[in-house]
Amino acid sequence: MSKKYKLKVGVQENLRDLTVEVNDNQPRPWDGSDHLKYIGKEQTRIDGREKVTGRAKYTFDRQLPGMLWARFLRSPYPAAVVKSIDSSEAEKMPGVYAVITVAEKLPMTIRFAGQEILAVAADSDCVAEEAVRRIQIEYDKKPFVVSADEARKADAPRVYSGMNSNMRETRIRPEDARESDYDRLLSGSHVRVDQTYRTQVQTHSAMETHGIVAVWEDARHLKAWASTQGTFAVRNDLADYFGLPKSNVRVITEYMGGGFGAKLGGGIYYIMAARLAKKTGKPVRLMLNRKEEHLSVGNRPDSVQHLQIGADRNGKITAIKLKSYGTAGIGTGAGTSGPARNIYQTDNIYVAETDVLTNAGPGAAFRAPGHPQGVFALEQAIDELAWKLKMDPLEFRRINTAGDERRRVEYRIGAGKIGWHKRNPKAGADKGVIKRGLGVANSVWYYIYGRGFVCSIQVHSDGSVLLTNGVQDIGGGIGTVMAMVVAEELGLKPTDIEVKIGDTQYGLGPASGGSQTTAGITPAVRDAAWAAGQRVLKIAADMMNEKIQNLELADGRILVKNKKEKFITWKKACSKIPGDQFTVSGERVKDNHGLQRRTIAGVQFADVSVDIETGVVTVNKIVAVHDCGRPMDRLTIRNQINGGVIQGISYALFENRILDRNTGVMVNANLEQYKIAGSVDVPQIESVILDVNEGQSSTGAIGIGEPATVPTAAAIANAVYHAIGVRVRELPMTPQRILAALDQTKGVK
Amino acid sequence: MRKFEYAMPRSVDEVFQYLENNAAVKAGGIDLLDRMKEYEISPGRLVNINGIEALRYIKNGNGLRLGPSVTLAELAASKKLTGAWRVIALAAAGAATPQIRNIATLAGNLCQRPRCWYFRSADFHCTRKGGDTCFALDGENQYHAIIGNSDGCVIVHPSAMATALLALDAVIVIENGKDSRTVALADFYMTPAQDIQRETVLQADELITEISVPGTMQGWKSHYNKLKEKQAFDWPLAEVAVALQMDGKRVKDVRVVLGAAAPVPMRSELAEMVLKNSVLTHELARTAAGEAMENAEPLSENGYKVRIFKTMIYRTLCHAAGMDPFAGGV
Ligand SMILES: Cc1cc2nc3c(=O)[nH]c(=O)nc-3n(C[C@H](O)[C@H](O)[C@H](O)COP(=O)(O)OP(=O)(O)OC[C@H]3O[C@@H](n4cnc5c(N)ncnc54)[C@H](O)[C@@H]3O)c2cc1C
Repeated sequence: MSKKYKLKVGVQENLRDLTVEVNDNQPRPWDGSDHLKYIGKEQTRIDGREKVTGRAKYTFDRQLPGMLWARFLRSPYPAAVVKSIDSSEAEKMPGVYAVITVAEKLPMTIRFAGQEILAVAADSDCVAEEAVRRIQIEYDKKPFVVSADEARKADAPRVYSGMNSNMRETRIRPEDARESDYDRLLSGSHVRVDQTYRTQVQTHSAMETHGIVAVWEDARHLKAWASTQGTFAVRNDLADYFGLPKSNVRVITEYMGGGFGAKLGGGIYYIMAARLAKKTGKPVRLMLNRKEEHLSVGNRPDSVQHLQIGADRNGKITAIKLKSYGTAGIGTGAGTSGPARNIYQTDNIYVAETDVLTNAGPGAAFRAPGHPQGVFALEQAIDELAWKLKMDPLEFRRINTAGDERRRVEYRIGAGKIGWHKRNPKAGADKGVIKRGLGVANSVWYYIYGRGFVCSIQVHSDGSVLLTNGVQDIGGGIGTVMAMVVAEELGLKPTDIEVKIGDTQYGLGPASGGSQTTAGITPAVRDAAWAAGQRVLKIAADMMNEKIQNLELADGRILVKNKKEKFITWKKACSKIPGDQFTVSGERVKDNHGLQRRTIAGVQFADVSVDIETGVVTVNKIVAVHDCGRPMDRLTIRNQINGGVIQGISYALFENRILDRNTGVMVNANLEQYKIAGSVDVPQIESVILDVNEGQSSTGAIGIGEPATVPTAAAIANAVYHAIGVRVRELPMTPQRILAALDQTKGVK
Repeated sequence: MRKFEYAMPRSVDEVFQYLENNAAVKAGGIDLLDRMKEYEISPGRLVNINGIEALRYIKNGNGLRLGPSVTLAELAASKKLTGAWRVIALAAAGAATPQIRNIATLAGNLCQRPRCWYFRSADFHCTRKGGDTCFALDGENQYHAIIGNSDGCVIVHPSAMATALLALDAVIVIENGKDSRTVALADFYMTPAQDIQRETVLQADELITEISVPGTMQGWKSHYNKLKEKQAFDWPLAEVAVALQMDGKRVKDVRVVLGAAAPVPMRSELAEMVLKNSVLTHELARTAAGEAMENAEPLSENGYKVRIFKTMIYRTLCHAAGMDPFAGGV
């Protein structure tokens, strides 16, 4: 059975009517006419106190009685064959409990420096580390290749023997496209940009490293605390590997120190920890150290992007052609074409992307995979085109995204906040050594959500409310948002709601990837809360002798609509719950209608200064204007934007995984020489969050985590151009690169 | 990290009882522990001198006397470090992070070992560790030396305090429980040509007990600048200390010291020659900065540092003289 509702939907205050049909067991979706008490406001985290006082226990903090400490032995060579392993010395050491190898038998092929060969468990971290050092490995070293450019050459050593090239098959879109058709369009264009852009490898560098504490409760029951953004994925992997029913494996992530996509599952480390725990009959802790974190558990692949874009006299884009390649090391996933295909309005978009294999640690999903790279190239090329047309780069974007109302609003708000129209229309025009510039870049990401997530709510006769679901909070604060949704629906306060998450014993929750956590889980939470509310309202209706339709939940009371003096308290109503408590649940189902706009927009503006005698770029300010559907907690959204911008600045100016060209070993596998923006590098960040109501689900939430980091580096690059009048088409924009770019133009002149 | 014994002497005399065999002096431990973790050294005993208050002082009179265990934070905040000695406070304030400066000591900073990423990593057995390859020479050398890099090791010396103190003709007092000797800071450091495996003349059983600056430089002006890629803690791409004795507009005497340029902190005599006895103008400062880089021989990836040094030498000279470097044109 279903019901129809007429909703107000649209961007900000610009609302139109939309009729949707929703299931009977769901509430009327929140829409643009709803002014809610908590949703859309700022709510501090319900677990903030635990975190800042250090009481919150992360996987890293977890220590169990009798627990062993595990360490990996990793290959120091990027390409080799392990011929023999002698661990006799290590096994003789007091305190060493087990040594197990990753491969079932030798020889074992090594494809990157840092690849796991074996793991040791001992009664202390020191002993485990020393044991690893006493193990003798005989390697047969092989030729290797660590740069994508080198790996593309015909005579390059093969990363996977037997393949006739290190290049995977090129992916062309549209599949049946003929490149020459696009070349014709481009060469017939009034103006054209034809440039190559390069981005580096960035490692995730989350504060908490990857790791797990695994304990077998008996031969058939495994329990593990894991630092993961996919509790259920880890559970499934462990159940699969050990041939256990999923019901016998429990994975817990109470608090987590970040993941950015590298912790979505598929880790050798948690299999090895569980194997060691099984073998020794003791709990085993295996947390990676910072070096291992850089080497082996993921990164954002690099890219070389050749972009051609044409435009007509009026500034309309005629065609976009992108050919790119990059390396995700021994893995794949170096594509960058998302932005080129999904921001600008033209039917003529051709992309060809190639993964190049190298002897380096595998890439992994990383906060908007492919997108900061793609936008760095696309948004600079768009800027270059605008400058060629002698057109305001913002105006050029406006013309070519005219159909997207969100972008129109975002451009206007952002331009106002950064002072766009007061900028010098010339590039490199400032006098003196320190030059200032403004830049803009678009973001893009997609509305993604999963289904089948189940939230349970228990209401007790004392009025207390418990919300459970297996979703993990990777730091975004989803538990707080879930409490807000329940509080909103039940007329309680967010702090009244006991939230238990991060445990696969509860209902299925989303993996925290694709910016889909809030969109995925909040409708299930609201539906469960709505069902709980209906139950309590029914009790209250009997008690108050009123019709249920006439009652509403607010401020801890059940009130008669339009007769506010007549009420009973929430607690009083709950005291009449038959049998002391009840449990209801809500399930994430398909949206009530498909959205016309599949994308999430967003735009950022950067204000930078460049010292042309030292090449140092200083970011003075970032204005970030983003949409994320209906905003839930504006504070956690702002946190995401701040974090995304900071990570974007860091990507733009500092971060760079450096592999030694002669040995293939990473030289900066720490947080000193792998440089990450620190507090002093963080500018003023002004964020604006749009209200976009679509009414597609009961909460209307979409997502923000990834879009927030996508455009920052490109906005900075465009600002650098505006400041110095020279393009820097390679990341990171270090003093070395800025000076080189300045030198080049001097040479040309 | 290997296991070790831990000694906590309460007096300088007691230190020497413990400083034998495979023992190492530990002051703040910032540098030492990092190296132990990478197995660059594995001392059998750490002798923690942090509890010895007598090694922690800043005394000024005719000259300046600094206890070896004074922290960078104390130097950065000291009101006694004005005039010629300001360069010390500036260098201390610019090093590392606030947390590290609170524990890192002056002598520890002078004796810290290079940050070359090959030297620091257990994965590379380089010339400085007794191996036969300098991996930086044709490897990832963007942060390495641009001067004095033809002797089989192309590190830059990391000490900001050495850069500053060299501009003040500082002297190091060294004791071993029996004898005491003083060494000019300039002679304290060794080039790879002198000894490729050590940066200083300090012996394993010796303790630095004082760092002093002669009173003869009172009345000089000084300045220190550091250029970093990243403005939160970062090592310098270039650092420059200048001490200036002016006679009206004329430079009477001068020290120009370059850090992060060569395997040892170095005075640029080339720059000093240009400046001495000349009227200090923006142009002269530029000329001196250019001259300082005359003998630069950058490696494959670090040519950009030459440009940056020219800028930083120029700017530091201007700052020391009280001139606005940005008033002089590009
Ligand atoms: C992230 C980071 C950034 C940094 N940035 C900078 C920077 O920008 N500029 C800079 O200059 N430094 C920087 N440092 C280095 C830091 O300043 C030094 O590591 C610190 O000063 C060392 O002092 P310590 O007291 O901890 O020395 P320790 O680690 O205790 O000792 C270092 C060495 O000195 C010896 N030693 C110490 N005291 C004596 C003594 N009295 N007599 C004889 N030998 C002694 C020890 O035996 C040891 O070999 C940075 C360090 C880090 C970790």
